[in-house]
Amino acid sequence: MSAPTLRVENLRTYFFTRQGVVKAVEDASFSVAPGKILGLVGESGSGKSMTGYSIMGLVDPPGRVVAGRILLRGQDLRSLAPDDMRRVRGKRIAMIFQDPMMTLNPVLRVDTQMVEAIQAHADVSRAAALERSRDALARVGIPSPAARLSAYPHQFSGGMRQRVAIAIALLNQPELIIADEPTTALDVTIQGQILFEMQKLARESGTALLWITHDLSVIAGLADEICVMYAGRIVEHGSVDEVLDAPLHPYTHGLIDSVPSRGRRGEPLRQIPGMTPSLLDLAPGCAFRERCTRADGACAQDPALSAPAAGRQVRCFHPLTQSAIA
Amino acid sequence: MQREQTPLQRIVADFAESRLALAGLALFTLILLAALFAPLISPQNPYDLAQLDVLDSRLPPGSRSGDGLTFWLGSDDQGRDILSGIFYGLRISLWVGVASTFCAMIIGLAMGLCAAYFGGRTDGVIMRLVDIQLSFPAILIALILLALLGQGIGKTIFALITVQWAYYARSARSTALVERRKEYIEAAMCLALPPARIVFRHLLPNCLPPLLVIATVQVAAAVALEATLSYLGIGVPITEPSLGLLIKNGFDYMLSGKYWISFFPGIALVLTIVSINLVADQLRDVLNPRLQK
Amino acid sequence: MPVFIIRRLLQSVLVLFFMSLVVFVGVYAIGNPVDILINPQADQADIARAIAALGLDKPLAQQYLIFLKQALAGDLGKSFAYDIPAIQLILERMPATLELALLATGMAVLLGIPLGLWAGLAPDSWPGKLIMAGSILGFSLPTFWVGLMLIMVFAVELGWLPSNGRGPSTELLGVAVSFLSWEGIRHLVLPAVNLALFKLSLIIRLTRAGTREALLQDYVKFARAKGLSNARVVGVHVLKNIMIPIVTVIGLEFGSVIAFAIVTESIFAWPGMGKLIIDSIKVLDRPVIVAYLLVIVSLFILINLAVDIVYSLLDPRVRISEAKG
Repeated sequence: MSAPTLRVENLRTYFFTRQGVVKAVEDASFSVAPGKILGLVGESGSGKSMTGYSIMGLVDPPGRVVAGRILLRGQDLRSLAPDDMRRVRGKRIAMIFQDPMMTLNPVLRVDTQMVEAIQAHADVSRAAALERSRDALARVGIPSPAARLSAYPHQFSGGMRQRVAIAIALLNQPELIIADEPTTALDVTIQGQILFEMQKLARESGTALLWITHDLSVIAGLADEICVMYAGRIVEHGSVDEVLDAPLHPYTHGLIDSVPSRGRRGEPLRQIPGMTPSLLDLAPGCAFRERCTRADGACAQDPALSAPAAGRQVRCFHPLTQSAIA
Repeated sequence: MQREQTPLQRIVADFAESRLALAGLALFTLILLAALFAPLISPQNPYDLAQLDVLDSRLPPGSRSGDGLTFWLGSDDQGRDILSGIFYGLRISLWVGVASTFCAMIIGLAMGLCAAYFGGRTDGVIMRLVDIQLSFPAILIALILLALLGQGIGKTIFALITVQWAYYARSARSTALVERRKEYIEAAMCLALPPARIVFRHLLPNCLPPLLVIATVQVAAAVALEATLSYLGIGVPITEPSLGLLIKNGFDYMLSGKYWISFFPGIALVLTIVSINLVADQLRDVLNPRLQK
Repeated sequence: MPVFIIRRLLQSVLVLFFMSLVVFVGVYAIGNPVDILINPQADQADIARAIAALGLDKPLAQQYLIFLKQALAGDLGKSFAYDIPAIQLILERMPATLELALLATGMAVLLGIPLGLWAGLAPDSWPGKLIMAGSILGFSLPTFWVGLMLIMVFAVELGWLPSNGRGPSTELLGVAVSFLSWEGIRHLVLPAVNLALFKLSLIIRLTRAGTREALLQDYVKFARAKGLSNARVVGVHVLKNIMIPIVTVIGLEFGSVIAFAIVTESIFAWPGMGKLIIDSIKVLDRPVIVAYLLVIVSLFILINLAVDIVYSLLDPRVRISEAKG
């Protein structure tokens, strides 16, 4: 395997609020290779978006990355000066956000928002920047891109807007794209088109893709590897097929079980009892133990990440075995 | 947070969280007491011409009058004790401010509830009036009214009511409309409960908290507006001087360096307004349901 | 676009018509028009002639038509005090007021937006808190009291600036203005600061609130994710969004600046229409009061119209929906 584009080691991002410390990301480690897609799965509040912001250096106060290394092709982004980090954003790492209605500035024309993204990183004439912008729009499948350049965001549909956002992310040929639920707000058919194009893009250009989502079915068809996050921690990691076919962590198992599927029509859907715990001053021990059927006294300790098989990791004292999966 | 608190206890506790607001409340209470008990605590009755002596006029702060009285804040051009003038002036300023705010709130509440309850044409006419009213600055409307009506405490109160009622009407209507669309009101209407019962038992209580916040802010605004109008010489008459009129009376002497005749009533006015605003700011945070955790 | 402007114009005419009715009722129906419109010093024969001339012996509806016709012709009666047409008197005083109001608004905008941005970007820093505290004070202190304090400190105690009048004025395109001479500027400073203070506080608050709101939006995060400099994120992405409400408020508040000029002009003896209306009220110069009222109403309607048009130019979303609707 080639050297990873992104390697995150023991990342910790905490929020220092008046009520106490919120450990939004706790000891997260993973890596993404060129041309590969890593899916980061979790419920809302599990810290998956905050992981993305931490990599981008866009955690707003009172939050802050307190520990860990974020290596982009071996270079630690945390050691960069603010202005050097700015030059990485949008140039070497691009990010796409969840709600296409909100990510484009409503009062600026699309060409303004594209040209500024190019000119922030290279000394390019406006005409050349416009040309590149037009090509980028064409590449993400926007019809008559030259004419659409001078439109305002609200003149696009939601799906088209997300394509514009993707086109902006592609403008500077980044090495890594972080996609934070970019298809959640879209119709299923449009979601499919965008997923297909993103996958093709990663394969063809060798761009590494970190895909953040709560939707296992999106990950199933898209990603190569998967990290499952719960309460700020990565609880399971492995290839998509292995994790989805044979989850080791009870939480992953619960997640897979709660997805309606055709194969189990008529059976009652299973759900995970209880709610995600508050991350505020979270007690030590496994964060999932309150909702876990397999929990016992040992779970009051913090479980370490173990590797029961090659390429697989799980953070649990009582991982499921193959036979335990019905 | 404890569950056992009554809403009132919660409001009091939340309010007390801000020391600045508590200071404002304490200051306002002092001012209110000074106004209420002005005849008891004033060194002199400023309206009693027999107690005034022209020889004592325009004495600087700390001077003694001919009959041994100390003018702590100086005296005005008629030999009146400024401190006593301020206590009596506060009575008038606060009376005009509170009375006009209260009446405006009642009228605005009634109009707003009517607009929300009857809807249709009634709503249209009332809200049109509110819109027109609010598109002109309060000072302009008050000024024109007083220009047509002439001076007087009653007329000033009337003018202040006219410029204020629209705020309450708009707020009451929007809260009542939200409430009206809820199902229990529809249920009550289906049961053919008398309209008065629906309005007073259901719509009214929900409109009150936002109105109270507006009212506190408006008392300060009304006091300031009254002072401005009186300063311009079109508010209260000279026989019943409010703080604004006291300030006006001293303005000419200020230019010749006798600052105290205007300055101290001005300080009293500013303390009154700021203390009310401090209370109002905190009250708005406490009563605003959107900010509650 | 033109359709929308025509519709706004029609609305404005309607409001103006309505206000003329209110003024008419105020003057003719509530008060006694003979008292209001005819000089109290006139003798019996003059009064009789004036009653006939004004048509006060005719039915009310007809009187209103006469009033409307004369108002449309610009005839709102003669000032008792100056013995010249009231409307002419007001138009003569208007430039002084407009100069003061424009300068005050300009000061409020040029200071208020940067200060508000500062307070919005760093709300917990001490300058941010200081700016906010200042704006709260500026909000609650009565304008006339601040004016008095300015006079007391800068004119009486320090003797730096004049507190009274307009100073020598210079002709600019046939209009007398103060800001072209040093002495004129010295006279302008205190009244303009006094008038600007309230609006300054308002603009600081608006800008601060808008900035804090905008900073939480995804488009700001996306702009930063594109690697834009802070200057561009704040100066273009944030500012352009918050300018829409700010410009609207500045425009709408310009009318209230003119109204508040009444107070400032009275304190600083600034010879504008605000001082004129107060003087006229004191000597019961009613034609001037009526004329002032109609002029100010027209001014307000014009301002609202202009704000609507500018607003539609600034916000692309409004422009599109108006074009469709």
